[in-house]
Amino acid sequence: MSAESHAGAGVLEPEPLLENNPSLHAITDAVCAPVEKDVTKTPIGWLVSFVAALGCLGVFGITLFMLLYKGIGVWGNNQPVGWAWDITNFVWWIGIGHAGTLISAILFLFKQKWRTSINRFAEAMTIFAVICALQFPLLHTGRPWLAVYWLFPLPNQMSMWVNFRSPLIWDVFAVSTYGLVSAMFWYVGLIPDLGTLRDRAKTRLRGAIYGVLAMGWRGSNRHWQHYEKAYLLLAGFSTPLVLSVHSVVSFDFATSVIPGWHATIFPPYFVAGAVFSGFGLVMTLMLLAREFYGLKHLVTMRVLENMNKIMLVTGTMVGYSYAMEFFIAWYGGNPYERFAFFNRAFGPYAWAYWTMMSCNVITPQLFWFRSIRRSIPAMFVISIFVNIGMWFERFVIIVTSLHRDFTPAAWGYFRPTLFDVGMYVGTFGLFFTCFLLFLRFLPMIAISELKGVSPYADPHTKEGGAQGHGHGKENH
Amino acid sequence: MSSAHAHTAPSRGMVETQGRVFGLVAELDTPHALLDAVKAIREAGFEKIDTHTPFPVHGMDRAMGLSPTKLPWFVLVGGLTGTCSAFLLQWWMNAVDYPIRVGGKPFFSYQAYVPICFELTVLFSALTIVFTLFGLCRLPQPYHPLFTHDRFLRHSDDGFFVSIEASDPRWDETKLRAVLTKAGGKEITVIRELES
Repeated sequence: MSAESHAGAGVLEPEPLLENNPSLHAITDAVCAPVEKDVTKTPIGWLVSFVAALGCLGVFGITLFMLLYKGIGVWGNNQPVGWAWDITNFVWWIGIGHAGTLISAILFLFKQKWRTSINRFAEAMTIFAVICALQFPLLHTGRPWLAVYWLFPLPNQMSMWVNFRSPLIWDVFAVSTYGLVSAMFWYVGLIPDLGTLRDRAKTRLRGAIYGVLAMGWRGSNRHWQHYEKAYLLLAGFSTPLVLSVHSVVSFDFATSVIPGWHATIFPPYFVAGAVFSGFGLVMTLMLLAREFYGLKHLVTMRVLENMNKIMLVTGTMVGYSYAMEFFIAWYGGNPYERFAFFNRAFGPYAWAYWTMMSCNVITPQLFWFRSIRRSIPAMFVISIFVNIGMWFERFVIIVTSLHRDFTPAAWGYFRPTLFDVGMYVGTFGLFFTCFLLFLRFLPMIAISELKGVSPYADPHTKEGGAQGHGHGKENH
Repeated sequence: MSSAHAHTAPSRGMVETQGRVFGLVAELDTPHALLDAVKAIREAGFEKIDTHTPFPVHGMDRAMGLSPTKLPWFVLVGGLTGTCSAFLLQWWMNAVDYPIRVGGKPFFSYQAYVPICFELTVLFSALTIVFTLFGLCRLPQPYHPLFTHDRFLRHSDDGFFVSIEASDPRWDETKLRAVLTKAGGKEITVIRELES
């Protein structure tokens, strides 16, 4: 099949992954351009965003200092609400990360080629989101440097070991494994592209830095052979891993005896919610990045539409879980459980509950309409609603279940303090500082993988490959 | 020069004339042509062949006659090590060395060990995958003679290269040049090691 027949594809042919069939060299150029811009020509938009991100990071620093100096009393957490924004933010950030692994691993195993244009981007988000997530459980311990021996089985002067029957310890292992494996997966995926940047380097310094990072990659087929297997295996291991991480996070709640937490539906419900929220944030950031960096022909409408479809599916699953929780609360006949759910919807936190319901259950249903699935402004707004809704979901689960204790004398109402807000805003600073540095210094699209799905890469058609050498001689 | 970008070294103009011959490199137009060229070179009796492409070319392993990678076997061992160490760790710490009495539950509650056994299986497997990959590919390898060839830098962009090492038992430059030319190889170049 020639490039021409690709361009004049009939109605029954799938939409092409890449618009206008860019040549291999054009793909390299398009993805490397933002990374290779001279320091003095750094786009002003990037600089402004970076300064804003650094500002938020400063807020994080100040809050962190006050938190460590005064103790976690600076937060609004108090009896009976011992977990509040801290754990809400932890679960929210971890959930954000799950989209990256879903895109890079699960969609890879399902041979969804459209994922190649967004996987690098989403994986980077995963790593930074995990870094942000880790701040909360660590700082929530009050003095993290003393918490080490009860978070990890480290020999200590008291000859004590951690309690492996506690889901909180499972969580430590799950999240740290997730962070490490995601980082390794990301780096392995980056190696060929780092080689590209090294080979294109104009200055010695760039060549040296990317050269060290690329480790001498030379596109050898004797390497690709191991590399492809390694990539497949990493995807294979990351798939159950990502499902396990949010399941284990949900065990923190599900294995407790708190009405509203003690539910067997939690693991799948949490995983669906995680993917849902993660896609929300990937969408928000990807829309900005492809607009800003001119990558619309690589991250095509087909990709965006597919992401919206995943949001529709996972959003519906989340909505189903909400309904099922209510049904079981009623059908189960436990008065405490019934009260917890009635209180969620009509109690003092009803405002949070209905925010969650409208953002998570109603908004994604708009994606049933093709025109909305393919409208950039609509999907941008909906993705932000999804992010808000999913934050409120965790807040509702955690705080509404805790604020009405078994004895009415112990009831309370949680209000966040300035330090709660500062910490949350601060992690955005942490996230965006890392993320903007990533956009500036690393290729945001997996170059070698994208070339691999381009029609020029198919070695089994003589003509299909013939255009592959195009230095602008691709035909439209 | 021990950096990965020896092409920026001042000696680059002299590589054709000095140093031990490393091998021959040629450039093909398409992945398809590269695949055919590799088949032709192997039919001519050469074995120490490698190709350098911006992405893995489908069918190249078979064309080059590579046996399947042994990486999964390492990973199997690594993963099982993870499972076993997680299980032994939890058993020894919670049932032997420091039993904690919680709600009258048995000290050796193996059901509760499952999540960590799973997590460490994944962690050990992933570490094994990455480090075995580096080991099998002999990476990091900062210097390679091919990096002295300016055109070779396009292997990570849109170039499709085939290289045959001079250490091949049937090394015969003239014959090889003929085979490469017939297969459509361009820019056939002798690559030499850098003088140390």
